[in-house]
Parts: sequence; structure tokens; C-alpha cells
Amino acid sequence: MRAEPGPAYTVTFDGAQVAVLPGQTVAAALWSAGVTAWRTTRGTGEPRGVFCGIGVCFDCLVTVNGRPNQRACLVRAEPGDDIRTQHGTGHEHVVGGEER
Amino acid sequence: MSRSPHEGADGGTACPSLAVIGAGPAGLAAALAAAVRGSRVTLIDAGAQAGGQFYRQPAEELGARRPQALHHQWRTWERLRDGLAAQIAAGRVTHLTDHHVWCVERLEETSGFLVHALHGPAQEEPSVVRADAVVLATGAYEKVLPFPGWTLPGVITAGGAQAMLKGGLVLQGRTAVVAGTGPLLLPVAAGLAAAGAEVAALVESAGAQGVARHARTFAVHPDKLVEGAGYVAELMRRRVRLKARHAVVEAQGDGALEAVSVAALDRDGRVVPGSEHVIACDTLAVGHGLLPHTDLAETLGCRLEGTAVAADDEQRTDVHGVWAAGEATGVGGAALSLAEGHIAGCSAAARLAGREPDPRAWEAAAKSRAKTRKFSTSLDAAFAPRAHWAEQVTDDTVVCRCEDVPASAIREAVGELGATDARTVKLLTRAGMGWCQGRMCGPAVAGLTGCEPVPSRRPFARPVPLGVLARAGEDLPDE
Repeated sequence: MRAEPGPAYTVTFDGAQVAVLPGQTVAAALWSAGVTAWRTTRGTGEPRGVFCGIGVCFDCLVTVNGRPNQRACLVRAEPGDDIRTQHGTGHEHVVGGEER
Repeated sequence: MSRSPHEGADGGTACPSLAVIGAGPAGLAAALAAAVRGSRVTLIDAGAQAGGQFYRQPAEELGARRPQALHHQWRTWERLRDGLAAQIAAGRVTHLTDHHVWCVERLEETSGFLVHALHGPAQEEPSVVRADAVVLATGAYEKVLPFPGWTLPGVITAGGAQAMLKGGLVLQGRTAVVAGTGPLLLPVAAGLAAAGAEVAALVESAGAQGVARHARTFAVHPDKLVEGAGYVAELMRRRVRLKARHAVVEAQGDGALEAVSVAALDRDGRVVPGSEHVIACDTLAVGHGLLPHTDLAETLGCRLEGTAVAADDEQRTDVHGVWAAGEATGVGGAALSLAEGHIAGCSAAARLAGREPDPRAWEAAAKSRAKTRKFSTSLDAAFAPRAHWAEQVTDDTVVCRCEDVPASAIREAVGELGATDARTVKLLTRAGMGWCQGRMCGPAVAGLTGCEPVPSRRPFARPVPLGVLARAGEDLPDE
């Protein structure tokens, strides 16, 4: 598959620079960088990444610019995005503990 | 995109308005058929571009030079795409992209509908479309039955692998195994190989004999036979091992997929003891068929047949003013979706204009529908998920991926607590209570419980911010 995309830009994943082609979702950008897991589950802390790829399974949840629970397979990666591994609910920083 | 909460073809004009939900083959065919016949159509879809899953397009900015290399029936797509552009230019179709519909509300007083959607980067901005009638073309999603290790990063659905490839032009890893059952596995394996992955094996649980038994139906669909044979030839050329009547029984790896264990199956679908062998891979694309998206139809009160929305010869549901077309009414592929969508659009346009539709107007589509339905019935029979899959599900295998519920908890609910249906198991174990609302684990929970999979009623088709929910209905669009 050949493509002639526009100029690449960068985002960060857990602080490290990741190159993104314009139009790529967060999941596609992370895959391109060789990253396959960006969430740990609430119960057992297992790593997860893309599963269904079409927004149905919510396994690929990730924190983007401080907002947890974004579906990486749907959200476009924008220049300068601060993408971070999401641990559990992604709300651990909230005073009072767990979301649920 | 407008930030106005009320978009699209609102009421109050001379033209009756039709909301078509979903811009895949069925929704596109319905929107075009209705627009040509005088309806004002609002096409509402979650994607950034039309096409749905089957005709998923790479993001425009990626500048793909030959996106057709990853597609079949490209001419049909060009016809739909150009038709949509012409209808949009003529002002007969409004296309709302990136709109995730969470509920279709029927207005008792005015006999119209409000389509509630979320849009914006975080999908938190509400949007409401008022319409006189609705076509539900909501498509399908993939069914995956669990096996040990299926939650490891690197294990993805077959359709997911295809979506990432078609939409983002990306592959994960270098060496892939494609496994499960169904006609989707062939194009997925061929697509991964064409994109540069080494496809170590295509593992299909159905036997070649089962497929051959339905050869008579295949024989009247030479196009399908040629399409399938084309994939097989492509895979053979690339030296991909085709393993019929085999199954992946375990995904292995420490924190990420490193290998799969593959076993031969006997005629009943049981693993042949001692036949297990390990194939190294960093990607497993797995699927066991498709399931219709029925949430919006269920909230409207439409009758279902099994797991699909029931529709009559005109593609009408039993709720007045609601049509359904495509995979939502039963999985049958793009050709069937196009035929059903066309019929739904013709029927809806006529009835919205107060005319009794003449079925002769869609005779060709009706013939195609009858023929492809027969074909998909025999595909279903040939590619049914193997019996006895649950025997490989160890007690510590996660069944509900969202809530981390292991098989042991479900077995305990059934064996010790006496649960006999999936709903009771859910209440006892939390299986199906997480983000995906049981879409992923539903078939597995039903199978382990020993009951038929039933659609679980979900009032909303996707998570909705409480603020949006609280405001919904406060500010109805002007009539």
C-alpha cells in the first residue's frame, strides 16, 4: 500500500516523542511506533490495546490531554497531543479515590 | 461542523424528511434511493467518511494512492460515493459525519422522530436531528469466543485488523495468524499479506467438507466463488498455510502475544488430543462471525427475530415510520445490504409522500436480496462456530474483558448458585456490566451458561455524558 501523506507531526506517549501521519487515529499512531498496549485493567492490571478496532469493545481506552477513557481506535491524533497509558478507571488522581 | 444542537433536514418544509442512520452499503443505498425519489435525507454516521466498515476509507490526509488495493467491488463504491456527492451538492442529502447516535426517540404527538447523537473530538457535544421517518442501517460487529490468552495485546478481531489496515494503513507486528471461522477470514488474511505481514497460517474451524456440502448454493453465485477462489489463490501464492478444521486453543506470551497453540478438530468440533502445535506470531486476528447492531431498534420497540431486527418485504420494521436494512436485519454481506438499503429507501420515499409503493420499482433489488439471503444462509451453516469451544476455556480465562470476570465465576454462578440465564449470571458476576455492555462477552456468557444468546436490552447505544442526558428533551427543535 503506497501513500503520499502530508508532513508528519509529533505527539508524546508517556512523555516519549511519537511521529504521526496526518489523519491517523491514536491507535494507528501508537501501532506505527510499535506500541501495542496503553491501558491496564481496573481489576487485575493486565495490559490492553486495540481489540475490535471499530469503537465497540472499549478495550483501547487511553488518556489524551488529561481526559481518560478516550477510544484510541476512534480519536484522531492531533499535533502535540499528550497521550498517556491509562491505569484502571483513569480517575485515580480524583480526590476521594475510585470513580465507581 | 456546525455547533448547533439541531442539524440536518429539519421538519417544517414541504419535503418529508428521512433520517438514515449508518453510511455503510445499506445506509448509502437507502439515502440515495430516497433522495432521488424526493425525500430530504439526513445521513448520520459515526465515521469521518462514508463507507462504513466494508468500504472503510483511509483518512484523506494519508493520501493513499491506491486504496482500492485493499478493497473489493471498488466500482460499486465509486458509484455510491459519486452519487452521494451529487445528492449533497443538490441539497437533497445532508451528511453528518463523526456523529455517534445514542438513541432514536419516537414522538407520540407528531409521529416523527428525534435522532440523538454525540459529536466533537471527545464525542460529548449533543446533536439532535428531527425526521418524519428513520432507516436503521446500523451494521454489525464481530463475535469472538474466548480462549486462554485472548486478552493479550496483539490479539485483535479479524475485522479490527482489517479496519486498522483500511483506515490507518497500519499493521501491528510482523507475523500474523488469522483464525476462527467465516468468510471474513480470507480477505483479512489476504489483506494482511498484501500489506507486508508474514501470514504464518489461516486457521479455520470449519471443515472443507462443510463448505463443499453447500457447493450447490455457491454454484449459483459464481461471483462469490470466484472472489473466494481469488483469495485462496492469493494466499497460496504467498505460501500461507490454510488449516481447515483447526482452531487456535491458546494465545501465549508475557505481556504481549508471542505464539499461538493450534490444534486439529474432529468431526464434532472437539480438539484431537495430542495434535496441538505452536506457531510463533506477534499478531492474531480472530473472529467467529458477525452480530447485528440492534440497540437503536430495540429502544424504539422494534421486534427482533433471533439477534436481528425483523423487517417485512419493504424492509419496514413493525414500528410505524421505522425501516431497517443491511446487517442489522441479519448478516449477509455488502451485496445484500445494498439491495435491502435500496428497497428501504424506495419504500420510505413513497410512503413519506403518501403513496403506496409499487414493488415493481425495486424488482431487481428484490431478486438480488432473495438470492444473496439464500447464499448467506448456507454460509452461516458452513461456518458455524465450532461446538465444544467452551472445553478449551480454562477457569482462569477472562470472559468479560471489561470487568475482568473469569470463566470460573460464570461456572460458579451456573453450577453452584443455580443461574440458568445470561441475565442472572450478569447480576451475579458483573459479566456484561462494563464499558461495552456485554457486546463482546454476550455470546460467550450465554454459551457457558447453556442458554441461547439473547439481545440484551440497552436503553442507549453508547455511553452518554450525564449532562447531555439531563438536557435531552429540554430544547426540542422548532417545528
